[in-house]
Amino acid sequence: MATMAATIDHAHAHVDDRSFLRKYIFSTDHKIIGIQFLMLSLLFLLIGGLLAMMMRWELGFPTQPMPGGTLLPETMAPGGILLPEFYNSLVTMHGTFMVFFAIMPLLVGVFANYLIPLKLGAPDMAFPRLNMASFWIAVPAGVLMLAGFFVEGGAAGAGWTSYAPLSANAEYSGVSLGQELWCLSLVVLGLSSILGATNYITTVINMRAPGMTWFRMPLSIWSLFITAILTLLAIPILSGAAIMLLFDQTIGTTFFLPAEGGQPLLWQHLFWFFGHPEVYILILPAMGMVSDIIANGARKPIFGYHSMVYAIIGIGFLGWIVWGHHMFQSGMNPTLGTTFMISTMLIAVPSAIKTFNWLGTLWRGNIRLHVPMLHACAFVAMFVIGGLSGVYMASTPVDIYIHDTYFIVAHLHYVLFGGSLFALFGAITFWYPKMFGRMMNPLLGKAHFWLTFLFYNLTFFPMHELGLQGHMRRIYDPTQYAFLQHLQPLNEFITLSAFLLFAVQLIFAVNFIMSWWNGKKASPNPWEDTGLEWSTPSPPPHGNWPETPTVHHAPYEFSSPLVQEDYLMQNRKVEGAPAAAASRTE
Amino acid sequence: MAHAAVMRPPAPAEPGAGVYNAKLGMWVFLGSEVMFFTALIGSYIILRFGNEQYWAQPAQILNVPITAFNTFWLICSSVTMVKAFAAAQDGNQKALRGWLVATVVIGAMFVGIQAYEYAQLIHLGFLPSGYRAGSELAEAAAAGTPYHGSALPASVSLYGATFYTMTGFHGFHVTMGVICMAFVTWKAFRGSYTATDHRGVEVIGLYWHFVDLVWIILFTIVYLI
Amino acid sequence: MNWLLPGGVSTFAGDIDRLYYVILGITGAAFVIVEVALIWFLIKYRARPGRKAYYTHGSVKAEVIWTTVPAVVVVMIGILSGGVWNQIRGRDSVPPGALPLAVHAKQFEWLVTYPGPDGQLGTDDDFERRNDLRLPVDTPMVIALTSEDVIHSFFIPEFRVKQDVVPGMTIRAWFEATATGEYSLACAELCGNGHTTMGGTVTVLSLDEYTQWLADPSRTVASR
Repeated sequence: MATMAATIDHAHAHVDDRSFLRKYIFSTDHKIIGIQFLMLSLLFLLIGGLLAMMMRWELGFPTQPMPGGTLLPETMAPGGILLPEFYNSLVTMHGTFMVFFAIMPLLVGVFANYLIPLKLGAPDMAFPRLNMASFWIAVPAGVLMLAGFFVEGGAAGAGWTSYAPLSANAEYSGVSLGQELWCLSLVVLGLSSILGATNYITTVINMRAPGMTWFRMPLSIWSLFITAILTLLAIPILSGAAIMLLFDQTIGTTFFLPAEGGQPLLWQHLFWFFGHPEVYILILPAMGMVSDIIANGARKPIFGYHSMVYAIIGIGFLGWIVWGHHMFQSGMNPTLGTTFMISTMLIAVPSAIKTFNWLGTLWRGNIRLHVPMLHACAFVAMFVIGGLSGVYMASTPVDIYIHDTYFIVAHLHYVLFGGSLFALFGAITFWYPKMFGRMMNPLLGKAHFWLTFLFYNLTFFPMHELGLQGHMRRIYDPTQYAFLQHLQPLNEFITLSAFLLFAVQLIFAVNFIMSWWNGKKASPNPWEDTGLEWSTPSPPPHGNWPETPTVHHAPYEFSSPLVQEDYLMQNRKVEGAPAAAASRTE
Repeated sequence: MAHAAVMRPPAPAEPGAGVYNAKLGMWVFLGSEVMFFTALIGSYIILRFGNEQYWAQPAQILNVPITAFNTFWLICSSVTMVKAFAAAQDGNQKALRGWLVATVVIGAMFVGIQAYEYAQLIHLGFLPSGYRAGSELAEAAAAGTPYHGSALPASVSLYGATFYTMTGFHGFHVTMGVICMAFVTWKAFRGSYTATDHRGVEVIGLYWHFVDLVWIILFTIVYLI
Repeated sequence: MNWLLPGGVSTFAGDIDRLYYVILGITGAAFVIVEVALIWFLIKYRARPGRKAYYTHGSVKAEVIWTTVPAVVVVMIGILSGGVWNQIRGRDSVPPGALPLAVHAKQFEWLVTYPGPDGQLGTDDDFERRNDLRLPVDTPMVIALTSEDVIHSFFIPEFRVKQDVVPGMTIRAWFEATATGEYSLACAELCGNGHTTMGGTVTVLSLDEYTQWLADPSRTVASR
């Protein structure tokens, strides 16, 4: 069985002198595929951001012509004034792109691909060709989704949650083909995710280097592993639901249309049964990578490694039984509401454990505030806000008031931007030297971090306040309502902050691109880390190591008394190190 | 550097699942398939419980005898698959090829019979969207006359939707299985499988048995209950 | 601008707001503890040359504490919330003798059916008003919510009332307004291109005024 891996690896070690096309485009090397996902998802991150800017213009300056808006076709913005139907498409596609085409592939497509083999000491994924397929299936999915903007009727406009019947019948939304493309694209993307997850799970179980026991795996790998399991089991639910929705739209079925017994709430149950594990798919890998970076920055082993692992598993499990908290006001049986509230409250516990363990890791450390570390600490700070604001919505009575208001918009952006995206900026900066062999510029990195941190908070924190005043989400023109008119200055403020937030991302883009050219050459281990990936050149050769590394230590042996330096790499053999002690750390 | 990997000794990995990658991968993938059919079957159960009045009696619209025969066929193909695997283990190339061909043929016949069944149902007027206007079924339902025993439901749109979605996606899985099985058979004819290494046969067999099992569940809940 | 919750004018608004402030207190404390510790550690333990970090893999005692305390606190919040929830949405929560109204939502308006002078829905003297919800003060109202087309959400911010309106279902929502005046009715669920315009007025009258109006709606039909 182990010989299998070697034979596969053998096979393409021979063909490494391949054409450019086979090496960089249709590559089966997990590192190249990871980088391909990086480019693709950063592109979608940019598109998603642009859509958000247009939304913010409309909310800050309702029904005023948008600067540059005249460049848009008449069907979107006649005279530069955004149409309500185009606004709904913006709302929908911003959410869809960010969740499915930016954050999820950035976390999973990029880092599961890049890190799993490198951190486990494997030469590649278990199924390299399947891995390539999963990228090349994701591309047409993105194209299908984007195509929505260019077809008659415009892009899908029923929200990223596509609640039926609005999404199921073109008579209600005015969007037919766009809505169908939305479903089709997600089914295709789902196939890509499932193939990816199959690959990651198999690789983690079967391809660990000798000595890489389960409890020597870095937390990034643990979280990516649990994420892959969630992806594997949750995505097919979405695929099934999207197919049924597609049939409602196209061939006249009535799964979610109430006329002849169909159930609109069934869509919500299916969507959120997928959707809540999805929420953890979007945060667990971030937590894992932040753990790696915080241990590195603090120069200390992770505080309570085992409970961190159990917390990841606990979140992965509890994530399946909380979906009803999205539906407290949906007309679902109120008794069920209470049940879902309790399970939702409980999921706060593993998150609290993780937060306190990160603090425990910083405690008495020797903290290096490098750029990835800044982002990781911002992750902790912001995730705390996002986590705590979740408690308000978990409380069923309070949720009556804040449900579907800007409070939830604030909450989800604190988790997805403040959480996942800060973690991603940190992770990209951290592993950039491994990917491209050059360091990103730390000065630009710090400028980008502080400005992003500032404008991010100025953009999203005031949204809590909008929500408290009852400001509904997804409305085109808040000034239509008497009780929202006094909030318009705040809306304008948020819009200006959002523009600045978007603008300062240019620093990241410049840093990312320029460092590729003229960044400082990276040594194999520029951050003085303990992970296996830092024991091979930057960037690693095809096959990753000339010889399979052997693992001798737990993942985060920083400041170990066994060695002079303040880091002990997992594969460094030290005389006198107790063989078993390293894997049992308590 | 590029060729360094060539020199690598066989990777002495940590003990994993104790099975080779492709087999583990198939098990993992089937986990995903289970969830896909769970979504379809779960929706079916919820929709049906809320709307018994929109469901026809078993065998009222659906052709149960022909499908029962088809079910029997598909179970037979699981047997031929087991035989093929046993032959592969014994290194009996001739038997392996024979049983694989039998499995491909039966699988293809299953799909063919299902297509025939669909054609018949559509002809009758049973569509994923319910009755076809002006069809035999639609007229019987509108008139309230007994049809194969009792009156037809006023609408069968959910019945049709769930029926075609579930059996259709199962048929799609069988079709995919037949294509992959044909590929494995082609490889078997080229002598790719030996008594010591016949992973392809084992892995496609896992998928085949899974698809079979799903059918037995679907046949029970869609046709018999 | 008022940074707190806007004033509530229904019988359960106070309970919801109180719960909100309890959670604000608890999460506020947790927020301060974590952020202060984070910043303090980052400053106090910043890298200094020649120093090594304290080598430890954790402390079971500390972890037990910070597992148990949050668990107890969130379960407490859960129990508090469960009580209020039950009072608002529980099986027998609708007060006996609540006056009936029917609200039918469709793209993009709220059609309110009033029972007329006899106080009963489904009789000949029922009449309908568009985007114009009137009700008496200090009187429990029970509203039967239905939808014509897509999902809407019946939202009166000041009453702390929000209930999705789902086509194919009749969902009952109840509340009791505690002050006369004019309030806003809004749709809180994205319902299509005109979603943003789907608002209405809620007028809370004295019981006398309301009864008079029911008897002869034409007198005060013109919106004020």
